[in-house]
Amino acid sequence: MTTSAVDLTHVTIRVGARDVLKDVSFAIRPGEFIGVLGPNGSGKTTLMRAILGLLPPSEGQVRVFGGAPQRGDVSIGYLPQVRTVLPDLRVRGLDFIASSLNGERWGLPRLSRADHAMIDETLALVGAHELARRPLAEMSGGERQRLLLAQALIGKPQLLLLDEPLISLDARHQEVAIEVVRRVCRERGTTVLFSAHELNQLIGTLDRVLYLGNGQAVLGTVDEVITTPVLSRLFGTSIHVVRADGHIFVMARGRDVEHVDHLHNNEHGHAHHH
Amino acid sequence: MRIITDMFAYDFMNNAFSAAGIVAVVSGLVGYFLVMRGQTFAGHALSHIGFAGATGATLLGLAPLWGLVGFTLGAGIVMGLLGERISNRDVAIGVVLALALGFGLLFLHYYTAFATQATALLFGNVLAVDRATIVTLAALGLVTLAALAAIMRPLIFASLQPELAEAKGVPLRFVSTAFLAIVALAVSECAQIVGVLLVFTLMVGPPAAAQRLTTGVWSGLAVAALLALVESWFGLSLAFYSDWPVSFCIAILSAAGYFAALAMPLRGARPAGAGVIEGAA
Repeated sequence: MTTSAVDLTHVTIRVGARDVLKDVSFAIRPGEFIGVLGPNGSGKTTLMRAILGLLPPSEGQVRVFGGAPQRGDVSIGYLPQVRTVLPDLRVRGLDFIASSLNGERWGLPRLSRADHAMIDETLALVGAHELARRPLAEMSGGERQRLLLAQALIGKPQLLLLDEPLISLDARHQEVAIEVVRRVCRERGTTVLFSAHELNQLIGTLDRVLYLGNGQAVLGTVDEVITTPVLSRLFGTSIHVVRADGHIFVMARGRDVEHVDHLHNNEHGHAHHH
Repeated sequence: MRIITDMFAYDFMNNAFSAAGIVAVVSGLVGYFLVMRGQTFAGHALSHIGFAGATGATLLGLAPLWGLVGFTLGAGIVMGLLGERISNRDVAIGVVLALALGFGLLFLHYYTAFATQATALLFGNVLAVDRATIVTLAALGLVTLAALAAIMRPLIFASLQPELAEAKGVPLRFVSTAFLAIVALAVSECAQIVGVLLVFTLMVGPPAAAQRLTTGVWSGLAVAALLALVESWFGLSLAFYSDWPVSFCIAILSAAGYFAALAMPLRGARPAGAGVIEGAA
């Protein structure tokens, strides 16, 4: 039996006074592409922060490739949901990405030839070569997001934690982003946790779905997880799963849950980013 | 040529040029990060807190500079430890700033013998700088820049991408506290030249202009330091020949530099050839 890439046994994670995850257990195999879904506040970000070793569980055990999570683990690539937007920052994309290369070391920043090559390579991978010279202040939300994706891929991590990488990307770049991550997953055998608001874009790509809600988590294939009984339990309300034309719609009281959620999130995004 | 050499016939002008040069470079470099982190208001508040320290020190018979250093350093560390959320909160900072100025006034009230001291602290008195002060400023400047160099890499990372920096093991709280302590030292230096009320002229004006003119970190730092140096030296010269106050001259050059940078066409705004694509579309 091989070691799981990510393994949670009876994990409870408390943020403030609330148990965001409660007695959650699942195991993700190395090389799997996992779509992480669930309503806002269901613990997608919390789960990733726990895997990064930033949030120790109050009960249970989190294991990453068999070991305890460690802050600064170089085998993990992370695309955080960016909450801080600095005003009028005219630092170019190259320096933005370069800041993350050994950014935890003391002293003056230095970029070796190899570092440059590595940055060029990943920027080319996500089709964002021209962003290296552009100042951050002039990039759209989608361009910044592509920059962050490129950054997460630097150093060929074994595990990728992508927190809402599709937010503020247009349809074409969403497809590009998914395709790039899929290729990295297949070719390098990278384990991917990809959180998103919409299931349908990921259906052809993901191996399994991790659906979070109500403090619980269910890991399984789309057919196992996206069902009326499972989702009703996770949402804590009566849910209908409707399949039409290869698409799956998750409805609560006649409304598309993911769609409503998505709109809601965009409002949030605007409030924070502008 | 004669007209320029005239200026350096005076010892006080030579001293002023040395002191302003040291302080301008330190202010420009530290200020670049202050602007990058969007913490300029915190820097402003530190200088006002320094005013209370300086007047308090005078009252106790100590050199104002050490009162400045002590108070700003203490306040910077406390602000850093309270966390980014609080040190970036305008209202909280504004209240503390006003309180500090109030205390400064109280200390002055009991020190009526030296009313000129207030003007010197508030608006600077670079023409009164002596040799010993230059040595102190140089030493303090070296310590400030050495500390900045030591934390520069994680500081940039934490400023640009705090979420990721935290995940990669950067101690955010420590870095921001250390940075505010560095800012406190730079503010104390800067206040010697342009006074506590005008530290923005050297710590924010030139770096903000540099942010507009450059897109790289190193080029930005170089331009910020150079602009601060040029503005302070030109300000001194202007003051010498016009008889206007030095701090006013530096303030006006700093503002002119900033607005000129705003008016300049942005560098790197569009990738080369983008106009062609736009034209075709």
